[in-house]
Amino acid sequence: MKIAVCVKEVPDSGPARKIDPGSKRIDRSGERTLNPFDLNAVEAALKIREAAGDGEVVLISMGQPKALESIRKALAMGADRAVLVSDDAAAGSDLVATSAVLAKAIEKEGAELVIFGQQASDGDGAVMWAAVADRLKMPVISQISELEVSGGNVKAKRQTEFGYDTIEAAVPAVLSVSDAVNEPRFASLKGIMGAKKKPQDVVSLADVGVDAGEAGEAGSKTTVLNLAPPPSRGETVKVEDDGSGAQKVLEFLMERKYV
Amino acid sequence: MSTLVFLEHNGSTITKGSLGVLGKAASVDPDTAGVLVGSGVAGLADQAGKYGAAKVFVIDDASLEAPLPQPRVDAIAGLVQAQGFDNVLFAASVLASDIAGGLSSRLGAGLNWDLGDITNDGGELVGRRSALGDTVLVDVGWTATPRLALFRAGSFDPSESGAAGAVENASADVQDFSQGAKLTAQDQEESSGPSIEEADILVTGGRGVGSPEAFSELEDLAKALGGAVASTRAVVDSGWYPYATQIGQTGKVVSPKLYIGAGVSGAIQHKVGMQSSQTIVSINKDGNAPIFEFSDFGVVGDLHEVVPKLTELVKERKG
Repeated sequence: MKIAVCVKEVPDSGPARKIDPGSKRIDRSGERTLNPFDLNAVEAALKIREAAGDGEVVLISMGQPKALESIRKALAMGADRAVLVSDDAAAGSDLVATSAVLAKAIEKEGAELVIFGQQASDGDGAVMWAAVADRLKMPVISQISELEVSGGNVKAKRQTEFGYDTIEAAVPAVLSVSDAVNEPRFASLKGIMGAKKKPQDVVSLADVGVDAGEAGEAGSKTTVLNLAPPPSRGETVKVEDDGSGAQKVLEFLMERKYV
Repeated sequence: MSTLVFLEHNGSTITKGSLGVLGKAASVDPDTAGVLVGSGVAGLADQAGKYGAAKVFVIDDASLEAPLPQPRVDAIAGLVQAQGFDNVLFAASVLASDIAGGLSSRLGAGLNWDLGDITNDGGELVGRRSALGDTVLVDVGWTATPRLALFRAGSFDPSESGAAGAVENASADVQDFSQGAKLTAQDQEESSGPSIEEADILVTGGRGVGSPEAFSELEDLAKALGGAVASTRAVVDSGWYPYATQIGQTGKVVSPKLYIGAGVSGAIQHKVGMQSSQTIVSINKDGNAPIFEFSDFGVVGDLHEVVPKLTELVKERKG
């Protein structure tokens, strides 16, 4: 089975993350890494390939050419190859534009299973799989915490606000896995050494059959208007518990009318 | 302008989050309708009318019984196209996020997510969200209609308007691929209290609670206050408390009226899930814990002493 895993390079988390005030886009000039939630998707794909005894795991991504450095982490874990759609005309793509590009790239690969991580750590988006599934006209199962794939059937358990759902579908299908689904493996030294030699294709929008007008800002339907610092929380009271701490909390709760 | 709000239901109740978004939408655009999608949901339409919907569309079909997104994308896309809605708004949930994502592709419509507020700026909608771990407030817009938006859990309180909206039935043209995913089992969680997203008061235990047994101290306090118990990732990873109660980047985003953290350090991954709580109280042995920086009231002390004592005081006070 050919499995596509959609991955994304993100700015490394930490205090340095910021939005560029000029372009109003996330500043991608600092340290970068693979979206940590994507590791669970890669692990899920590798497990399926291993259980089946054959198959191919292809990483699909969109970003700047240097994103390959981050994507190699997933190749080092064991993915077979990577396809990076990189095009100046794709910069500033929102959900509509990005899902169009990813869907075309996946279609070109003819993947039977498409797997996403549970969210992007930079934009906090958790909707891409549903957008891609609609374009591919494939069933989608999201936020999977337990996954079984055998004989072309997917059985997934997931948590919702109300309890646990078990959902089944036949491939082709689009899945998103939560970070509870598995523990991503560490890349071995051999894996890291071998990652550079694995096929890594950098392709243009035209190569995957997307018009420039469908991608980037031209293909996007949302925009960032303004940036501002968050409001401060106001005064903070901190007391040492000298035996009266509980009483002081009670008084505070009464003052705010919670009791 | 005209606006449609997706009204998610669980059993015979429309979710509080959906009703909150409905009320907010009605204040931004008087021409706001709600849509109920499911099987046997017509009876819920009255509830929605009371909370601000000028009209409630009911799409009732046996194929829509399971709470799965893709048949709902078909149903709502059809309604939006037939009625020409400019805006489609959702209270974020596992189901609603998947519907909104699918609709974005189906309608070629822009989707802004994680919004905490929305305003009508002379016919143009402006959404507001906090981003990058809530370190920046971002105003976002749409360059075309229909506009799609997902609101962060607990952004708005439902308010009863009193009036009852008109009810109109609509049909769904459910596509084959949309029925490819089948719900084969559903376990509703057995919990005595409200779910952590719906509770107004959350007593949250972190690693500092020390053991799964000690969570009973937090349960007693939550019960006395009429709230629910929540947890952190460290607690869930240790197997002390269920994942369903986990707040944070990999858990749930909550904004209760009152958040009490006991033994919670306030790591950024937790903070993003709770910092829009109205009031934050924290109890932690470590006076340097980051949570004190964004708490309204903090006690540096042993939670095993402060929490049981506070429970007794609250009980006494409530008689």
